[in-house]
Amino acid sequence: MIGESGTPVLEVGGLRRAFGGLVAVNDLGFAVGHGEIMGLLGPNGSGKTTALNLMSGVLRPDAGTIRLMGSDIAGVASYRIARLGLARTFQLVRVLDGMDCRENIKAGLAFQKPHLPAAEAEVRIDTLLERVGLAGHDRRPAADLTYIDRKRLELARALAAKPRLLLLDEWLAGLNPSELMIGIELIRSLKADGITIVLVEHVMNAVRALCDRCVVMSSGRKIAEGATADVLSDAAVVKAYLGGVAADA
Amino acid sequence: MTARTAGIGVLALAGFALLAFVPRLGNPYYLALAISLLQYTVLATAWGMFSGPTRYVSLATTAFFGVGAYTVAVLGEILPWPLVLLIAAVLGAIVAAIVGLSTLRLSGVYFVIFTFGLTELIRQLVVWFEVNKSRVLGRYVFVDITQADIYWQLLALTAAVFLLGWLIARSRLGFALRVIGEDETVAKHCGIDTTFAKVALFTISATVMTLVGAIMAPRWTYIEPSIAFNSMISFQVLIMALLGGAHRLWGPVLGAVPLTLLFELLSARFPNTFTIILGCIFLLIVYMLPRGVAGLFEKLAATPGGKTTQRVAA
Repeated sequence: MIGESGTPVLEVGGLRRAFGGLVAVNDLGFAVGHGEIMGLLGPNGSGKTTALNLMSGVLRPDAGTIRLMGSDIAGVASYRIARLGLARTFQLVRVLDGMDCRENIKAGLAFQKPHLPAAEAEVRIDTLLERVGLAGHDRRPAADLTYIDRKRLELARALAAKPRLLLLDEWLAGLNPSELMIGIELIRSLKADGITIVLVEHVMNAVRALCDRCVVMSSGRKIAEGATADVLSDAAVVKAYLGGVAADA
Repeated sequence: MTARTAGIGVLALAGFALLAFVPRLGNPYYLALAISLLQYTVLATAWGMFSGPTRYVSLATTAFFGVGAYTVAVLGEILPWPLVLLIAAVLGAIVAAIVGLSTLRLSGVYFVIFTFGLTELIRQLVVWFEVNKSRVLGRYVFVDITQADIYWQLLALTAAVFLLGWLIARSRLGFALRVIGEDETVAKHCGIDTTFAKVALFTISATVMTLVGAIMAPRWTYIEPSIAFNSMISFQVLIMALLGGAHRLWGPVLGAVPLTLLFELLSARFPNTFTIILGCIFLLIVYMLPRGVAGLFEKLAATPGGKTTQRVAA
């Protein structure tokens, strides 16, 4: 699926990043169309998080291109990329513990340009609290939240700026089955809003339920790409990622 | 909220107006003590403006104080006083911006050590310049500034610092610094230009410290690098701000006042063991009052009786 302009939301080509002798991401390339949810899969250490860090500006690539809505963001500072419409969550949930829920979300939208009028910002914060299931917790310190609520708050902060592209780094990890269902529905509703998502995830049920397409990495390289069902039954993927046995979770 | 803010504003204004009469008491000892109190109040508040929200511990207070004092030593007799102050402020801001841009990418203990080293570096540069170029180590400061003038200037600066700090805390920049203090990585991903925010606040804070040094300089008739760049000031200011609580604008003053009085007493009674006592006080504060006196007040207010208090802070 391609946006009106025909430009993919995210386009990565020939991406490479090495740490000393270890090539964490090697010649990675893919494109994500408007409103698509793309799964980025692979065993631990295959380079998924490094790829996210390259896209969000935490790391500089050694080579390759990263285009967000057509503009080159490879090596651009994180804060500039954030202002261009890319938001992310972190593998180990990061909320601002010394602030309350309201301020946490405010942090996500206060520094976007153009600045939102204060009244509008307050309304958007209320909407987001409601949407992620934290209504009524607005003055509660983030430090007092449970694990799932911290994840919810982190997602609300990422959504605050109305991102064009959202990078979710194992956002569903560690949730119990009923929380997982709520989480999957929440992400699905984001897609309905037209947010494009790159989902790094190990929870296969969620990948099947949410992802239109998947890219699978192993040892820094892309080993498969395509429709989710096809990719998950690909022999090379099963061997590299699932250890030869088709697991269900 | 606005009524409360206005009330506090009126009270603060009345307080400053009252304090302006201290030199009229005609007691030189009280005036000297009041000058010390104001000096440390401004320095600790300025320190807290940057280090409070960002949690970057700076030991560069002396460096900026010294730049201010030395500017007066060199230019005090040549140029009119307001111009001397202006030049000192500009110099302080320039040094702070250079230092900020080159060091604020450092974090944690590296930043602390660098700021401490910076003071020594600037002192050595001044010594080198004086010995090799101007061929005078130590200068006399003959300017027409009385103790009362020093006091009033410091009082005006105190008022300005509190007003500035209040405005910054309410601004987007102030909020950005709090987010940076919480989690710098998150701050960047929220679209905050963290380098700009940190350098801006560091520069503002350092400019105030430089002005304190410049205003205080006429108090000594003779200035040399070891007096202007006395690293003890950095440590004292740090301890005061931590005792008071650097996460609040009004926190550092709660530490500056009692500790200035205590240091005054201790340095007179135990001149040789003063540093050891200072170290012990520092340890006690860190262990017993990690969030300072301001934190203690907030904790007391947050006990079941006072349910409305905000635990925000930090």
